Amino acid sequence: MSEKKVIPAGATWKEIPVAGIIPTAGTAQEFKTGDWRTRKPIHDEKKCINCLRCWIYCPDASIMVKDGKVIGIDYDHCKGCGICANVCPDKVKALTMIAQSEEE
Amino acid sequence: MKIRHSLTGNEAMAEAMRQINPDVVAAYPITPQTEIVQLFSNSVADGKVNTEFVTVESEHSAMSATIGASAAGARAMTATSANGLAYMWEVVYIAASMRLPIVMPVVNRALSGPINIHCDHSDTMGARDSGWIQIYSENSQEAYDNLIQAMRVAEHSEIQLPVMVCMDGFIISHGMEVIEMEDDDTVRKFIGEHKANYSLLDVKNPITMGPLDLQDFYFEHKKQQAEAMKNSAAVIRDVAKEWEKLTGRSYDMIEEYRMEDAEIAIVAIGSATGTAKVVIDGLREKGVKAGLVKIRVFRPFPKEEIAKALANTKAVAIMDRAESFADFGGPLFRDIRASLYDHDVRPKMVSYVYGLGGRDVMPEDIASVYADLERLVKGEQLPMLNHLGVRE
Repeated sequence: MSEKKVIPAGATWKEIPVAGIIPTAGTAQEFKTGDWRTRKPIHDEKKCINCLRCWIYCPDASIMVKDGKVIGIDYDHCKGCGICANVCPDKVKALTMIAQSEEE
Repeated sequence: MKIRHSLTGNEAMAEAMRQINPDVVAAYPITPQTEIVQLFSNSVADGKVNTEFVTVESEHSAMSATIGASAAGARAMTATSANGLAYMWEVVYIAASMRLPIVMPVVNRALSGPINIHCDHSDTMGARDSGWIQIYSENSQEAYDNLIQAMRVAEHSEIQLPVMVCMDGFIISHGMEVIEMEDDDTVRKFIGEHKANYSLLDVKNPITMGPLDLQDFYFEHKKQQAEAMKNSAAVIRDVAKEWEKLTGRSYDMIEEYRMEDAEIAIVAIGSATGTAKVVIDGLREKGVKAGLVKIRVFRPFPKEEIAKALANTKAVAIMDRAESFADFGGPLFRDIRASLYDHDVRPKMVSYVYGLGGRDVMPEDIASVYADLERLVKGEQLPMLNHLGVRE
């Protein structure tokens, strides 16, 4: 894969690829969408059975998993949609949504 | 090696496409273009080309599939006319914005209604601001030559813009004339292999094409498009020179016919210019200093060439085969008037909309325009806007 290049804000028309082409992959990682969030999922490691439903359903790939276990949430990219908490089994409820302001 | 053939315009275009041997053609039939892709599909069925021929369900899909193929790095073509072009409208702009070097024959036909299948330029004139290069053909020979040259212009690494190669519906598309074709090898060597700047199928170098482009960068991408269009004029001229060296047939942005000392002139596009040349020859024998400027490339607009060609004339008639419904003449009329704005000495200039819906434009009609121009030179008043040959 070619080296990731981020086009700086304010680049001129001569400095950017034509037609809005993004010539490298994975650039979405550089774009922090977490600050869009108004609600925030909190993960309880003790309750979690690691069924990974949240990981499957998360539309932003923000459930961080290591060795088959949920190890946390990527708050840089989580938009707080709440799908993870919704699909977490009723008997488990290892994910709860809180208002972003509550935590601050 | 040259081969002489008697071919219709559609046959000439289909033969050029066979020689070009594109990777993908996606097409939908529409009169009077249908024959081009039908004849080309024969070449596919007979194994004369390696093309993947996609029969789609509409022109919107034809252009969309062509865009997809081109984005994948393929040499991709389609062809259309009138309402077919209108139906692919949305994606016509996207092809240009994505900087895809698609070449598309457009057989000019009236954009209905009332429904009409015959020639005028209302279809492609409507697309003049879409970001496509537009090349127009006077006859079958030019349609053949223009289509081959268009490949080189579109695919030039600094240009990367789609090209419409236009020819008059029925008058040229279904009229048979003798044309000179080059042999397959010569054509294939001339256009060369297509090396796309980017390819969506290059899995080792994954890219994104056509992403969301908002207030911060969209304008910069439009500036790039405008710059590519500006730079394409030099490429169009270079490619024409190379083609001339190979074939002996010369092309430029415009063609001047007996303009050296012309006092009155017509500017027109397409098959009517052939008729005008005959009329001019007759007038010249009578001592009338008549000339013609034929527009071959309409986008980018050859403003300097036109201004230079008309600089020493006294009166000019701009003939548009499309009505703009602006109450200010056709699109060619307005562009040419604007081209001369910065010049201190300007000829008198009148607009003639003619030939709508395939209405014949006969030598007498053209002669009447030159007669009008002579009256204009003598100081008589003429209306700025005229509809040539319409029954009053």
